[in-house]
Amino acid sequence: MTEFLSSSSFFGLALSLAAYMAGMALKKRFRSPLLNPLLIAIVLTMGVLLLTGVKYEDYLTSAGMLSKFLTPATVCLAIPLYERLDMLKKNYRALLCGILSGVITSVTCILVLCALFGIGHAEYVTLLPKSVTTAIGMGVAEQLGGYTSITAAAIIITGILGNAIGEGVLKLFRITDPIAKGVALGSSAHAIGTVKAMEMGETEGAMSSLSIAVAGVMTVVFATIYANFL
Amino acid sequence: MHYIMEFLIILFISLMGEGLSALIPLPVPASIYGLLILFTGLCTGLIPLKAVKGTGKFLIDIMSLTFIPAGVGLMNSWGLLQPILLPVLVIIVVSTVAVMAVSGRVTQLMQRKAAKKHD
Repeated sequence: MTEFLSSSSFFGLALSLAAYMAGMALKKRFRSPLLNPLLIAIVLTMGVLLLTGVKYEDYLTSAGMLSKFLTPATVCLAIPLYERLDMLKKNYRALLCGILSGVITSVTCILVLCALFGIGHAEYVTLLPKSVTTAIGMGVAEQLGGYTSITAAAIIITGILGNAIGEGVLKLFRITDPIAKGVALGSSAHAIGTVKAMEMGETEGAMSSLSIAVAGVMTVVFATIYANFL
Repeated sequence: MHYIMEFLIILFISLMGEGLSALIPLPVPASIYGLLILFTGLCTGLIPLKAVKGTGKFLIDIMSLTFIPAGVGLMNSWGLLQPILLPVLVIIVVSTVAVMAVSGRVTQLMQRKAAKKHD
C-alpha cells in the first residue's frame, strides 16, 4: 500500500486538496478563527503521511505542482492592486509609513529578542528576514550568511501564524480600517497573511499584496544594516 | 479558449519575472518582478484588465493551496529547528504580533489624519 501511494501521481495532490476541504468544512462548522483551513490542511497531511509511511519527497513529487502556482498567483495580485489604483494614489503616504514602521519593528524586535536569548550571529541573520516572502527572505539570509532552510521554516511558520491569529490581533488593537488591515497582514505575514486579507475583502487583499512587495524590498535594506548590530 | 489565452499571458509574465530575477543580482523573486510587470502593463493599458481578470481571480482564489507542500515540508526541517525551537517560536510570535499591531496602527492613524486635513 505504501509503495502504491508513494509512486502515485495523484495521491499527494488529492490528499492536499482533501485536507484543505476538511479544514474549510471544520471552519464553517465551528466558526472559530482558531480553526485555520491552511493550518488544518498542513497538520492533516502530515498526519496521513506519517500513518501511511509515504515519504515527504514522494508526496512532493505529486503535490509539488501546487507550489508551482504560487508565482503566477502572486503575479495576479497586481489585478486587485490595479483595481484600487485611486486608493493607492490617495493613501501612498500612510501606506509607505505603515509598511516602513512594520519593517523597522520586525528587525528591531528580532535584534532585541536574539540579544536577550543570547543567540549567535548566524542564527540572528537567519531570522532577520522572516517576515517577508520566502524568496526575498531566503535570498537575504543567504547573503548575510544565515541558514536558509531555517529561514524558510521560520517564514512559513510566521505566515501560518499571521494567517491564523490575524483576525484576533487586528480586533485586539482596534485596527478596523480595511487599508490598515491589509498593510498589517501583508507586512507581518507576507503572502500567507495576504490570503487571509483576501478573505476579508478585496481592498484588504490589494493593500496586503502591495505590502509584500514594498516590505520585501525595504527588508533587503534594513536586514543588511541590522546584520551589523549583533 | 479565452481562459487559455489569459493563462498564457500570466505564464508569460511569470517567465519574464524569472528572467529578470536571474539577470538582476538582487534577492528579489520572480513573482515580485512579475507583479510589477503586470501592474505596469495594466496601468499603461498595454494589458487590458479583461485579458487577465478571469484566470487571475481564479489563481488568487487557490493561492492558499500553494502553501500546503511547503508547510508539510516543516516535518523535514524539524531536526534543524529542534535545538533552537523555543527561542525561535518566541521570536516569531512576538515579532509577528508586534509588526501587525504597529504597521496597522500607524497606517490607520496617518490615514485618519490625512482624511481630517481634506475635510
